[in-house]
Amino acid sequence: MKHDRILLAHGGGGTLTHELIEQLFAPAFGLKELEDSAVLDDKLAFTTDSYVVKPYFFPGGDIGKLAVCGTVNDLAMQGAEPLWLSLGMILEEGLPLADLEKIVASIKATAAEAGVTIVTGDTKVVERGKCEGLYLNTAGIGRVVADVGSTHVRPGDAVIVNGNLGEHGVAVLSRREGIAFQTSVISDCAPLWSLVQSALVSGAEIHAMRDPTRGGLAATVCDIAAASGVGIWLQESALPISAEVRGACDLLGLDPLNIANEGKVVVFCRGTDAGRVLDAMRAHPLGRGARVIGEVTEKPKGMAVLRTAIGGERIVDMPTGEDLPRIC
Amino acid sequence: MNEALNRIAEQARRVGRNVTFMEVCGTHTMAVSRSGLRQLLPANVKLISGPGCPVCVTDTSYIDAAIELARRPGVIVTTFGDLIRVPGSESSLERERAAGADVRVVYSPADALALARENPDKQVVFLGVGFETTAPTVAWTIKKAAQDGVMNFSVLCAHKTMPFAMEALLKDQEVKIDGFICPGHVSVITGAQLYRFIPERYGIPCVVCGFEAVDVMKCIVMLLAQIAGKRTAVEIEYSRSVNETGNPAAQQLIAEVFEESDAGWRGIGVIPRSGLAIRKEFARWDAGRSVTFRESKPHPGCRCGDVLRGVLTPPDCKLFAKVCTPTNPLGPCMVSSEGACAAFYKYERKAAV
Repeated sequence: MKHDRILLAHGGGGTLTHELIEQLFAPAFGLKELEDSAVLDDKLAFTTDSYVVKPYFFPGGDIGKLAVCGTVNDLAMQGAEPLWLSLGMILEEGLPLADLEKIVASIKATAAEAGVTIVTGDTKVVERGKCEGLYLNTAGIGRVVADVGSTHVRPGDAVIVNGNLGEHGVAVLSRREGIAFQTSVISDCAPLWSLVQSALVSGAEIHAMRDPTRGGLAATVCDIAAASGVGIWLQESALPISAEVRGACDLLGLDPLNIANEGKVVVFCRGTDAGRVLDAMRAHPLGRGARVIGEVTEKPKGMAVLRTAIGGERIVDMPTGEDLPRIC
Repeated sequence: MNEALNRIAEQARRVGRNVTFMEVCGTHTMAVSRSGLRQLLPANVKLISGPGCPVCVTDTSYIDAAIELARRPGVIVTTFGDLIRVPGSESSLERERAAGADVRVVYSPADALALARENPDKQVVFLGVGFETTAPTVAWTIKKAAQDGVMNFSVLCAHKTMPFAMEALLKDQEVKIDGFICPGHVSVITGAQLYRFIPERYGIPCVVCGFEAVDVMKCIVMLLAQIAGKRTAVEIEYSRSVNETGNPAAQQLIAEVFEESDAGWRGIGVIPRSGLAIRKEFARWDAGRSVTFRESKPHPGCRCGDVLRGVLTPPDCKLFAKVCTPTNPLGPCMVSSEGACAAFYKYERKAAV
């Protein structure tokens, strides 16, 4: 590997994260399919995720809500109904109990909304300064009801998303120390199983689903294009991005396609079934803004391309890691 | 949209010869790459990127000096984000941070000053990089630190100014430019008058341009119309924000805190009078006086200097996309998101490779 120490960018969900997984973790543990969840005995999906979001309260949510949504969504993307969660907590000495109580209440409410039960957990406390308030880890188990996967996407598929992009990332950035700016954007953080379920039972042939979290839509389409060996064409004029998210990204020099979402699903389905998926999603409160944003072709193999608003083309690239705000 | 493209095509036919326009500013480079505009232009209109990405033109010796400061105990180095990955001769601020240095990304020098007030036992150094756009806020911060007697704050200054760099390119025999797409943000501060010497002395048209792809298209139409009509002038496309005279308060701040100096541009060399140095009155807040700048060499084979002068397009460099990539940048143009190489790699690599 290129670096002899871990850089922040290794955690950014981009090329450096992939390098770690592919060159260190996957060979060490003999992991073959790198999906959002592992499928066990064709029946159960199993996944885990850790949450270190800063600040732990942000517009539209908090670390607790995120810790439930992130994990149940990883199960849902595997076509699995989320059932059980574990909850591991690393608390910083000095964390106000009132904050912890709020977060626990939020975990409880979100778990109820998502239809999962918290069945086991762990608590550790570290010295002041060793973590920022609290870190959470959740692992989840779900029952697999559909055969979907990132290698199943084919030419002719439609690419659909359920609503506005980039809202979680911008909401969190807007409250971050040293950056804070005024915006009315709130995080889209939400558990997606019931939305995904309605699309699955619509009768449409769904090949893959991904929640575009770290690395945003760009990382998602790059991943799928590589895994399925297809070309993915996005239409810039079709991308749902609010004026506020666009404005914030312009200001900070960020690309909305690279910004994290926590309540979005990108669905790859047979092109002729796009209408069914759209109808099913739009009937759900989390899918009102569903629309087709692109299509899958044979070429360019393993690559994602954007047709721009002025009629040009440009590559959609895997984000490299930590997104760096520009100078001017 | 297509109407703008049609007007470009129409004016390009009137001009009837090959023309090359330089977009001086990195944000324009991004707009061109991101919109796919390059492929839509008529064959006789070529766009090249100029030296207007502040990170890209920052000399290796400056990065080395910043690293030297970051390694000192009790020092917090604060910086705009895209500087932290820029390779110095041996390391980068990102790697120093992983090795234990206190390097923090801020969005404004005022945040760095606030950090100094909160940490009276630390020395807080802000990396002052950028053109006329960022210089006024840095000037304000230095002045404020002086007024309030904040002695643990200082700036490592590598601010640069645009006009003499543009003039250096015009004097360069290798560089062929038929028109300048002039930076919008810089001009908000300085006013469009800044470029008047270019048509007057060099007979080259200038248009001050906004940052959307639509702005760049309009700007190209205006440049072509000047050439076709055999006129040369400074015109303003970005009239919603830019006027002739600019922002006098910001200009005053720059003049109060900084003085003109010679400046080293990465890949180009020293351009007389193209830099801003902190005036002697504010020497206490000048971190540059406590470090030595050592001459340092860029990566052998790196052609960023030629890319910054518009002599080479990124894919012409042998390192481009092969060994030099955004995850492993060997030269500055690949590091900043607004660098010509990074923009080309990110959005137009398919056409190149």
